[in-house]
Amino acid sequence: MSKLIFEKNHKGSNSFTIPPADIPEVDIAATIPPSFLREAAPHLPDISEVEAVRHFVDLSHKAYGVDNGFYPLGSCTMKYSPKINEWAARLPGFSNIHPYQPAQTVQGAMELLYNMQNLLAEITGMDAVTLQPAAGAHGEMTGVMVIKAYHQHRNDHHRTKMMVPDSAHGTNPATANVVGFDVIEVKSNSRGLVDLEDLKSKMSPEIAGLMLTNPNTLGLFEEEIQDIAAVIHEAGGLLYYDGANLNAIMGISRPGDMGFDVVHLNLHKTFSTPHGGGGPGSGPVGVKSHLADYLPVPLVVKENDKYVFDYNRPQSIGKVKNFYGNFGVIVKAYTYILALGAEGIKDAAQQAVLNANYLRQQLKKDYHIPFDRLCKHEFVATAKTQMDENGVTTLDIAKRLTDYGFHPPTVYFPLIVKEALMIEPTETETKERLDDFLQAMSAIAEEARNHPEIVTAAPNNAVITRVDEVTAARNPIVKWEDNF
Amino acid sequence: MNIPKNLLYTSEHEWIRVDGDQVYLGITDFAQHHLGDIVFVELPELDTEVVSGDSIAVVESVKAVSSVYSPVSGTVVENNEELEDSPELLNEDPYTNHIAVINIDNPDQLEDLMSPAAYEAFCAEQE
Amino acid sequence: MKYTPNSPTVVEDMLRSTGFSSLDELFTDIPEAIKLKRELNLGSGRGEIELTRELKGLAAKNLTTEDYACFLGAGAYDHYIPAAIDQLLLRSEFYTAYTPYQAEISQGILQSIFEYQSMICLLTGMDVANASMYDGGSALAEACNLACTNAKGKKVLLPDTVHPEYVQVLKTYAISGKMDIVTVPSDRGVSDLDKMISLVDKDTACVVIQQPNFFGHLEEVEKLADAVHGQKGFLVMAVDPISLAILKPPAELGADIVVGEGQPLGNSLSFGGPYLGFFAASKKFLRKLPGRIVGQTTDTEGRRAFVLTLQAREQHIRREKASSNICSNQALNALAATMYLTLIGSTGLQAIATRCHQLAVYAAQELEKAGLKLKYQHPFFREFAVLMDDPAGVNDRLLQNGIIGGYELPDAMLLAFTEKRTRAEIDRLVAVLGGRA
Repeated sequence: MSKLIFEKNHKGSNSFTIPPADIPEVDIAATIPPSFLREAAPHLPDISEVEAVRHFVDLSHKAYGVDNGFYPLGSCTMKYSPKINEWAARLPGFSNIHPYQPAQTVQGAMELLYNMQNLLAEITGMDAVTLQPAAGAHGEMTGVMVIKAYHQHRNDHHRTKMMVPDSAHGTNPATANVVGFDVIEVKSNSRGLVDLEDLKSKMSPEIAGLMLTNPNTLGLFEEEIQDIAAVIHEAGGLLYYDGANLNAIMGISRPGDMGFDVVHLNLHKTFSTPHGGGGPGSGPVGVKSHLADYLPVPLVVKENDKYVFDYNRPQSIGKVKNFYGNFGVIVKAYTYILALGAEGIKDAAQQAVLNANYLRQQLKKDYHIPFDRLCKHEFVATAKTQMDENGVTTLDIAKRLTDYGFHPPTVYFPLIVKEALMIEPTETETKERLDDFLQAMSAIAEEARNHPEIVTAAPNNAVITRVDEVTAARNPIVKWEDNF
Repeated sequence: MNIPKNLLYTSEHEWIRVDGDQVYLGITDFAQHHLGDIVFVELPELDTEVVSGDSIAVVESVKAVSSVYSPVSGTVVENNEELEDSPELLNEDPYTNHIAVINIDNPDQLEDLMSPAAYEAFCAEQE
Repeated sequence: MKYTPNSPTVVEDMLRSTGFSSLDELFTDIPEAIKLKRELNLGSGRGEIELTRELKGLAAKNLTTEDYACFLGAGAYDHYIPAAIDQLLLRSEFYTAYTPYQAEISQGILQSIFEYQSMICLLTGMDVANASMYDGGSALAEACNLACTNAKGKKVLLPDTVHPEYVQVLKTYAISGKMDIVTVPSDRGVSDLDKMISLVDKDTACVVIQQPNFFGHLEEVEKLADAVHGQKGFLVMAVDPISLAILKPPAELGADIVVGEGQPLGNSLSFGGPYLGFFAASKKFLRKLPGRIVGQTTDTEGRRAFVLTLQAREQHIRREKASSNICSNQALNALAATMYLTLIGSTGLQAIATRCHQLAVYAAQELEKAGLKLKYQHPFFREFAVLMDDPAGVNDRLLQNGIIGGYELPDAMLLAFTEKRTRAEIDRLVAVLGGRA
């Protein structure tokens, strides 16, 4: 177990210094009234550089990234993050520029943003793109705000409801609520797709739109997407594309051509920027021309060979974060798109879908696959067999997988499948890796049959055993409470 | 599944015990079982006026959250503060640990509630 | 470049064993009418040599804070970043990991977030902090939303001394209809306290104060705190984390929710992002906070362990009842902030904050000696506005002199100071501003 950084405190061991002052060192109390000043400095840990470095290296040993191994986390697209991306974002010309520098001193950065807007518009089939949102959920919020602004601008104030399928990511209904819509849930049919009849029966002049992921969270393509789009549009609603699963279809089919009006992307999923242990991500939003006026300010435009920030957009919803978006992340995704080019982008989608179907076919020997047909980049298996026969749950299987050196799939999602294991291999895995994973899954199924106690006690090889989440939530300790 | 005979029930898995003008309100065994280990209960404030159908409390487990709806209109006259420190009481004995007591406006509203037998059938359907 | 590692032979093999004859056959579920009948217009792929050439070319068109002395602040600051930080951030166990849902194999990331939360509490004096949010502006919007969901009313009193981009973000979030933003103007460089207090009523969910404010000045907070608490509303503060080395922690001023831009803590300027918004609050908000929270618990053997906790607040469980839709944090940026605070320590942070202030004081005095006037006369921390007719024109002149000038106000320039600035740079700045260069 690692000591907390606070427990490594040794008074006087930190030797960080700043240059000697070459200006008068006036007493702060002479220039700031004492009523504003704090009595004692905050008690940060006092630690030498070498021990600080070792602390964080030690913590890194207790983390698991894509570079450690296979990470089939469904809907998260944990593909390999090319190292050249990291290099690019760290170029001083990108990392050491202030967001308020005069435009003539940051033309390279603005050109990159401008190009990226266009590349993403092309990939999604949209007319205008903002790079401002900081994450997928933030992009969702931006897109749904755009939908709200559009209806408001048309004095269509009755559209207070947003439709969301029952298979949707939790962010969809949460986003709709946060932006001020009531949520209407649309059912899935027996094939795992949007139930068109249910959708029609719930359409009304109060519906602002439908938020849809395609392929959906079961990894299935919404084959009736054109009919869905027609139903929504005929009733005056707008169609929102949750880009979480774009990796399956890029270069093959575009949301804009399917009838979507708004789309958000996850650069940290589809375009290989690393997830960073939870962020930063980037969630650009693309729209069709009838919604372009509502996008956040500023957009980058080109005027006489110069790149400028266009703030003069009176119908814009405003801003969803400071400045222009997670630029450093955008640089990485831009590098990735340039590296792959048109052919590589399509190849990535094809290989992602092949890997998923390969796993699905092989895995069904040991695991129940509720929608066992051609899938896209991911599919859902379940622990139904193991649960029914030996009381081994999805959670047990997930934990046991870590003993075999794999990150577990997404578990217990989507909510419409019991004991779900949502598996997304991505395109950057070799057949050997997939086979290793299949072998592990098969071995776990075998263990579940003959020695279920091994699986239910897992993990056995991690730095800790299973954690007490109940106590954590009943009596929360969310910060270090001791004194030096 | 424990369904005491002396209580009334709702389709939201709440139980009601009538005591004169007051009703005691809690969650059923079915509800606590499906929520799992309960980690927090957000209680209604005293003197809150509620309309039947209002959410008056929230029960949280590690992986789930559930609103508690009042099936009657009235005023909250008591909340079970013991649950603030010991939410697990709802798992241990959901029927002796009520969440709130409501002074009801209109006793007729009690007629819409389920009998133990009706609730048992309702639960069977849900399983 | 391609990052798909299977050779064509292996692909053929996999297709065959999966029952498909071609890659195209994997997409028969997509109706023909909506398939793209052409290649995307993205150009051909590039190898690393071409990529480096192209990206270096773009980067070279930007003028950096390494080449020029930077006096720009206004929410993003050119602080020194200890060398160890980037080396550590490049450990790919950190940066290629996902959100630490699987606690047993994510203890390193979970512990680093727990340490981050603890440090944010130490700086702000607050009881609890979350794992971080997108940036300072969106954190403020979330803070006001939190106040509105937990107060009787939904009025947000906002002085116009708050950063204009924060204001814009907050107003954009208010499209939800869940917040009524009331802007309180002032022309004095600090908020109009009397007016603010007179506007506090039973519908007031919160008042917002930025400390130091957008113009760099220090705001009197305590009376406002009393007024809003008297009406059962909340005090929301947006603060500069570097300033907290020397300024009174917001908790002592009566703040209920404290947010801020965490970029100055070891994160590069990067043209505005990625940064992190820190978010701290008093204990009563613990189970209401937006975003991720890491908690300490034990494993089945009784050993200390960390885990994402209080998840019943979040979108994946509460869905349409969640009061925030955020489902990530800026983990790597928060990690950089934790490393920064560790590497510089309390004395380092205090030295940096003090130097920032002293350089600003020196600059203000020299500018006044050179005949310029400060726009407002109030105590400041590390930033102030100096009056001038044509800030954009002056910034052009500064550029010609190797200086990235300040933020342009209509009649003034907002200048910011970090520990990286030197007397020589300030003297050069003053010479240009004073018309002597």
